[in-house]
Amino acid sequence: MESGFTALLPETILATGAVLGLLLGSWLPLRHQWPVRLMAVLACLLGLAAVFAAPPLPHPVFGGSYAVDVATQTGRVVVLGGTLLVILLSAESVRSHPRETEFHVLVQLGALGTLVLLGATDLSLLVAGYLLASVPLYALAGFRGDAVGTEAALKYYLLGALFGVVMIAGATLLYGVGRSTGYAVLARTLPTAPPSVVAIAAVALLAGLLFKAGAVPTQFWIPDVTRGADAAVAALVTTLPKIGGLVALFRLVEGVFPAGGGWPVLFALLATAAMTLGNLAALNQPTVRGLLAYSTISQVGYLLLAVTVAGESEFAGPALLYYLLAYAVTNLGAFAVVCRFPYAETPRDYRGMARWRPGAAVVLLVCLLGLVGTPPTAVFLGKLRVFVAAVDGGYGWLAAVAVVNTVISLFYYLRWLVPVFLPAVSARDGGPVPTGGRAALGGGIAASVSLLAGIGAGLFLPLLDGPVLP
Amino acid sequence: MLSLVVFLPLAVAAALAPLPSTVSPRVFTVGWVCAAAVDALLVLVVWLVHAAGTGITFEQRVPWIPGAGVGYHVGVDGLSLPLVGLTSALFLACAVHSVHRTRGVKGFVLLFLFLQTCCLGLFTALDLILFFVYFDLSIVGMYFVIAGWGSGNAGPSALKFFLYTFLGSLALLLGFLGLYLAAEPHTFDIVELARAAPLSGQGVFGALVLGAIGVGLLIKTPVFPFHTWMPPAHTDAPAVGSVILAGVLLKMGTYGFVRIAMPLLPRTWNEYAWLVVLLGVVSVLYGALVAFAQEDFKRMVAYTSVNHMGYVILALGSAGLAVGSAEQARVLAVTGAVTQMVSHGLLTGVLFLLAGALYARGGTHAMGQYSGLAGPAPVFAGVTAVTVFASFGIPGFSGFVAEFQILAGALATATLAAALALPGILVTAALLLRALHRICLGERPSIPPRPTEGSHDFTDLRANELTAMLPLLGAALLIGTLPRWLLAPIEAGAVHLVGAIG
Repeated sequence: MESGFTALLPETILATGAVLGLLLGSWLPLRHQWPVRLMAVLACLLGLAAVFAAPPLPHPVFGGSYAVDVATQTGRVVVLGGTLLVILLSAESVRSHPRETEFHVLVQLGALGTLVLLGATDLSLLVAGYLLASVPLYALAGFRGDAVGTEAALKYYLLGALFGVVMIAGATLLYGVGRSTGYAVLARTLPTAPPSVVAIAAVALLAGLLFKAGAVPTQFWIPDVTRGADAAVAALVTTLPKIGGLVALFRLVEGVFPAGGGWPVLFALLATAAMTLGNLAALNQPTVRGLLAYSTISQVGYLLLAVTVAGESEFAGPALLYYLLAYAVTNLGAFAVVCRFPYAETPRDYRGMARWRPGAAVVLLVCLLGLVGTPPTAVFLGKLRVFVAAVDGGYGWLAAVAVVNTVISLFYYLRWLVPVFLPAVSARDGGPVPTGGRAALGGGIAASVSLLAGIGAGLFLPLLDGPVLP
Repeated sequence: MLSLVVFLPLAVAAALAPLPSTVSPRVFTVGWVCAAAVDALLVLVVWLVHAAGTGITFEQRVPWIPGAGVGYHVGVDGLSLPLVGLTSALFLACAVHSVHRTRGVKGFVLLFLFLQTCCLGLFTALDLILFFVYFDLSIVGMYFVIAGWGSGNAGPSALKFFLYTFLGSLALLLGFLGLYLAAEPHTFDIVELARAAPLSGQGVFGALVLGAIGVGLLIKTPVFPFHTWMPPAHTDAPAVGSVILAGVLLKMGTYGFVRIAMPLLPRTWNEYAWLVVLLGVVSVLYGALVAFAQEDFKRMVAYTSVNHMGYVILALGSAGLAVGSAEQARVLAVTGAVTQMVSHGLLTGVLFLLAGALYARGGTHAMGQYSGLAGPAPVFAGVTAVTVFASFGIPGFSGFVAEFQILAGALATATLAAALALPGILVTAALLLRALHRICLGERPSIPPRPTEGSHDFTDLRANELTAMLPLLGAALLIGTLPRWLLAPIEAGAVHLVGAIG
């Protein structure tokens, strides 16, 4: 049952990488801190290797406060892989930056927090994971130190602190009525506890997790951070914390909250709100970053479909995990293009890209059509699996709402995609101005994975089937 | 073998893609013609081999995403093979027609090769998700064709086309999910689902699933009242884009009925066949009447497509009526429907190519701007005349064979509907003859609308245009006079289908 630290090898490696990186960075000259970046990459790679070397699933560790199951393993792969991509995307903007060490340490700590969040099966650990996944990201949001970045960081911090406190209050209440912080005990005691207290406490707890996922009604920080922070940071905060938040939500809804508490209806409404609001707000965004910001909110709506039917459909868990993987890689691919062309702010600035940068144009084509859900990309299959779960769980109307929203989303993705394939305004116009090639490499990798994960899903889809521990 | 047929165009596209767009456009156009020609030959081989077998031939089944119940399952039978043949013929005609194109050739050729793979893939798919993948990708490809190479108001028209048909495709997907969940074990395989027919006659859920699939297919077909995306898309698309849109993409809707909606939900289809018949009759009459009022030649042809597709829907609906009786009439109706798909593809293809010829010379599709073209362009006028007569169903061409079978079959089970649809033929004949009269006959205007470079009058059809049109007309003539080679496989498929729906 207990396998101790070996079961937590990926987390341990990441934490060690961050601490050693911090120590190493303080001894390095300001302009030559590349060994820290190398160390961060190594930590992620070693962590990934440790994931694949893990003992058979599933097993709870550390007295049932942390679960190593299919959800944790998938989350680890996505988070560590995503972190690698983010490091690649940030290469241009933080290379030779005097605070490069801090950047990479904070990225690793944020990833670590996300890992804790998605594996936690104990309320105390969940709260600790929330803080660890949030605090480094506040600092990263303001990393550039300019006015918009600082404003974004402040807003992110204030909202995060507010929902963090609300979440802690919820955890305290649940501890009070459930007489434990462990999920396994709570699952037994909560059905007999006063329902109104449980409902209030659970909603308070959800507030923090919805904040991490960037769902309505806690989404206010997303547009500010996406527009204000460095593009690579924006890619990070709109992708990785969602994984932690949504898997944690899934665990709670599937195994802990008492059945018949109206949770599916609540999540169905939250999903509808996130999809609809994200899509409608994205329609009129003048900048591509604003567009991506609201697109990520709408994507959370589709992901919440799986949370809605958690426990009601056997398809929900695998669907959520696959969609998370597909979404993360596709979203990072779209942000990679933003990182590569930092001076192109509006869709209009992308005119003529297909002529001058055909590779980037293909990446954008795959990723944006992928986000719409066009086959054979991974998000299509993700959407398909989520819709299957929703219809199977008796929420066919919610799938229909998601379909209508998908059609709406086509408008704004096309608004960005069409100028890419139009001829440039003048013959001398060479299309958008790129930065160095690392972001291009990142985009290429993300787009290829997004496509291959869709076509080759048959190879690893069976790996996602398995019980998710409460 | 089928996979080779399907993916050959895509492989050629992949081979052409690395070439810089600065090389001679001939490299791309000739490459396209060769790819289309080889593919057409392969389809011919498939046809000859299939004629010797029965049921589904060239079947190939590979697990693709077994965890999600998705397989790569392909094969052809009597209902799909004619459409595969039609697709390869139309793409070959488009390739020949575009051989002298000079601007933006690379992207154009690559997109059409991609579209050809999607279209052939769709007609050979025997798995719902495979079908859907091709269905969706064909929409994406056609969107870029219209938006990138269209004329006039191309951007908004292309967007309207994309949104409308994308909505349809997602409705289709919801219906597929319903079938998947109802089947035990869960599968997207069309053959297995047809054997089990899990939702057939299962009350409200079956009706909802048929409704979702039906709406998706009706939008694509398109049938009144879901047709509003089509006229602007056709008007603004490039000529060969219109050929593929009308000739192949519309057939995806009607083919979906015979491949998916009818065999997978037979009892439910019987239940709602009256609604299908009604939509078919309304489309026939509405399409014909609205086409009559059009000034724009291409728009007029687009509305006649609504009319022609209406006959197909009418026939398929009538085949679902009168369960257990009038088997022969219902087989006749289904055979007529599939023949009509092929016939409409061939003849409307030629009409759109003629519209393209008109536009290339006069810079407009407005019929009021032309008259007396028979003088300077006798070959153009002759081809137009033959196509127009063939298109409204004169005996000797494929349109007659198809419409005769449809009406004769429908008369047995949906007598009133067939009688109501009959005047549609009359109106179509009138409007097509009027168009012929206005464009080709009469006095030449003293000032032509926009003389082409180097000449002051309307030049006649060029060799490559004629080479693209004549084989299509020839095929229509062959079907009209010696139809057995086409009808035999279709009838075998139709007997099977009518057996399945009772």
